Amino acid sequence: MKRDRDRDRDRGKGVPLCLHSLSQFSISVSFLFLSLILLLGLPSSSGATTEGKDLASLLHGLGAKSRRDVRQAITALGRLNDPAALPALEALGERRLRVDEAGLVSIKGEDGSLRDALSGETVELDEAALRTPRINNAVRRALRPVIAQLQLYAPDVGVRLAAAEELIKRPRPEMTDPLQAALERETEAAVRDVLAVALAQMQLQSEDQTARLAAIRLIGESGNLGLRPQLEALVATQEDGSFAEDDPEVRAAAEAALSSFERTQFLINSLGNLFYGTSLGSVLLLAALGLGITFGLMGVINMAHGEMLMLGAYASYVVQGVFQERFPAWFDWYLAVAVPAAFGVCLLTGMILERGVIRFLYGRPLETLLATWGISLVLIQSVRLIFGAQNVQVANPAWLSGGIEVLYGVVLPYSRLAIILFVALVVGLVWLILQRTRLGVQVRAVTQNRPMAACMGISAGRVDMWTFGLGSGIAGLGGVALSQIGNVGPELGRLYIVDSFMVVVLGGVGNIAGTVVGALSLGLVNKILEPVAGAVLGKIGVLIFIVLFIQQRPQGLFALKGRLAES
Amino acid sequence: MSSPVSETAAEPLVAGAPAEPHERTGSVLTSLMRLHSRGEWVLIGLLVVLGVIVIPGLNLLPADSALHFPDYLIPLLGKFMCYALVALAVDLIWGYAGILSLGHGVFFALGGYAMGMYLMRAIGTEGVYRSELPDFMVFLDWKELPWYWYGFSNFGFALGMALFVPGILAYIFGFFAFRSRIRGVYFSIITQAMTYALMLLFFRNDTGFGGNNGLTDFKRLLGFSLQAPTTKLGLYVTSVVVLALAYLTCRYLVTSKLGRVLMAVRDAESRLMFCGYNPHSYKLFLWTLSAMLCGLAGALYVPQVGIINPSEMQPANSIEMAIWVAVGGRGTLSGALLGAFLVNGVKSWCTAALPYLWLYILGALFIVVTLFLPRGVAGLLRWPARAQTDETRG
Repeated sequence: MKRDRDRDRDRGKGVPLCLHSLSQFSISVSFLFLSLILLLGLPSSSGATTEGKDLASLLHGLGAKSRRDVRQAITALGRLNDPAALPALEALGERRLRVDEAGLVSIKGEDGSLRDALSGETVELDEAALRTPRINNAVRRALRPVIAQLQLYAPDVGVRLAAAEELIKRPRPEMTDPLQAALERETEAAVRDVLAVALAQMQLQSEDQTARLAAIRLIGESGNLGLRPQLEALVATQEDGSFAEDDPEVRAAAEAALSSFERTQFLINSLGNLFYGTSLGSVLLLAALGLGITFGLMGVINMAHGEMLMLGAYASYVVQGVFQERFPAWFDWYLAVAVPAAFGVCLLTGMILERGVIRFLYGRPLETLLATWGISLVLIQSVRLIFGAQNVQVANPAWLSGGIEVLYGVVLPYSRLAIILFVALVVGLVWLILQRTRLGVQVRAVTQNRPMAACMGISAGRVDMWTFGLGSGIAGLGGVALSQIGNVGPELGRLYIVDSFMVVVLGGVGNIAGTVVGALSLGLVNKILEPVAGAVLGKIGVLIFIVLFIQQRPQGLFALKGRLAES
Repeated sequence: MSSPVSETAAEPLVAGAPAEPHERTGSVLTSLMRLHSRGEWVLIGLLVVLGVIVIPGLNLLPADSALHFPDYLIPLLGKFMCYALVALAVDLIWGYAGILSLGHGVFFALGGYAMGMYLMRAIGTEGVYRSELPDFMVFLDWKELPWYWYGFSNFGFALGMALFVPGILAYIFGFFAFRSRIRGVYFSIITQAMTYALMLLFFRNDTGFGGNNGLTDFKRLLGFSLQAPTTKLGLYVTSVVVLALAYLTCRYLVTSKLGRVLMAVRDAESRLMFCGYNPHSYKLFLWTLSAMLCGLAGALYVPQVGIINPSEMQPANSIEMAIWVAVGGRGTLSGALLGAFLVNGVKSWCTAALPYLWLYILGALFIVVTLFLPRGVAGLLRWPARAQTDETRG
């Protein structure tokens, strides 16, 4: 019953495909026979005796000494289309197949036990006497589509989907029938769509114009950019200027499908740029937020700010190492400790710096710049001596690895998504601190008018210390974020410091909104210019833009209003 | 200790050198003598004699002589002279106009690249690939010379470019920056961003300056082999003489009326504007001159070290130049020279003997000097006596 319903549903989309492939069914009688069996249901490995014997002898062939024989056996197994051969084929590809003197083929499991390739029963064999069939790239090429073809029978939807996609990438005419069979059997809509595209691809070169047009339309609708070359071949011109494809209708259909591809491609590119630009911008934002606040408050540029990123990243590296050693069971949650740890380390470092060095240099911003540069040198060298000059790797927790594919070819990694959310959270918190807490009011007061705030009883020195600590702590959080998307090295901060300065210059000082807009727009512009002009020229373009921008608005995008005397 | 100036060699040249001769005093000699007190002139003369006559003389002694000045120290000293020239340029703009540039490494490297391009062309067909083109172009499979390499086979053109290119870059950059009254830390940051962007540009192979590896494997300068000890000695002596001339020029500038205006820019720009001056053009003039001095230093530097590559443009290098001046003492030209020699001397010794410690020492220098020695070593020594009494503030 269920199958009937499926077939009905099939008719809506794939009637011409079915008709057409039926016409090919008559290629060989044995094919027809096999296909009928397939249509009736999944053939069990111990089904018909003749078939079982066939399978056994073909599996035997996998152990052949000549690679050519092995390839032939693989192709024959593909023609047989029996999923029972799958374990043996996979084992061959992974070099786990073993052959004994008599040619009996067995599979070595991960636990080291040997199992019969067909029955799956454990067999007792002397491993020393066994041979591993050697494979080369030709064998692998033959192997891959056959494995994918047989995986279409797998119970797991994900495996079936992956197999169908693999088949799109490596089309072979003899796949038409197994694909047809799989399409009719398949119940999962997602897999059906991919299978239909795979089939349509086979039919591009068919004799039947209707089938070809339907196939082209289907491919165009699928948005599967991997098939672009096939479509382009249909509209290509030959050397003498004539079209490679004679049929004008087919050409027109291919043109239409290609232009729909153009739109998809554009959409994908814009989406990718938007996402990666936001991602870059949000990292910049964490780096620049603290910088902007301290610059606004004290008028000092902290050249060691990048090193706070670096310290934060190393803090999460250390926490990660401790979890790996001591609490492997809790490893997935190490970030819950790394975030406060990084914040704490950087907060403390920042406060020590402010009390120890920077407060003596107020009113001398250029000297502060040089002194903080000296601090950054000392910090970098210390980290280099402690952790080594090489980059270290911070492992992602399991829930941050991988990503979601939103469109063909656009994968959004979870780590970057999480960073964007994290940054939004941090910015919200900082905003709350600045707007809703006592410290925040004092920070704003000192930023606007230091002597007047001091007259009102605000201890400006204390505010400076806490603000500097807070800014450094935020950078430390940025370090945790960075550790999730790249390697961590002593020079990590140097990569971001120039860009974060640009954010501060662009966004104006002392206000969050300017920093947010500045960081995001810098990130986006960088990512948009990159494919057009290349990464380096893009950067230079951005710099020129900023220099020209300052001509118009020397105070940044969002200048603070009020009685702020120009220094 | 080290402001070597050759009285005899300098005299005829200096007469034409000042950019704005405005003194009404009749004799060139009188105006020259006004730059320093009698005692200082004696000291300067002694230093120049030491640099130009004594050291080369000792170097030319036979190698087994006890007084022989080792060959390997000659290019090192020559390098220091170039650094001192850079320090002079940085001090001119920072110490006297209060503009801290974090981009002088770029001007230095651009001058170096101009000279490096001449040296590359001078290799001729003796490169690894025996081609008319520089090796890296053959390697990149380029068929002909890019247009911006034209003319660099001529030494005079290359030398002119070593001054012109940094100068024009500085002029354009400064024109926009000063016009919109970018100053203080803002200006420093923007120059650093410029440095960073240009470094990235020169790291690219497509830019046409050898990418990562830069320009190297030079053979000859004006027909003299660069490997020959006498060429090295000649380059060293040239560096000393150029440094001395540059020092006198700068000294002339800062003691002139122009120098007074610049110090007013540093100390109270708004007040100066209300007095009817336009600080913009003064700053732009000094900024461009400073960049050209840096370019000259780069052009002298490259034949002595035998390589120029984009790492010279690293932002860190430019900041290091500022610390030379800060250590020596801002606002005193001799202090800048002293600082360049001191810091680089310690660096040369330290990177060989205690490589791990160098960055700590450098970092500590930055912190200690800014915290405790705002006027640098020159301020400590109270030397020269006529040093500015006003403390420089950024």
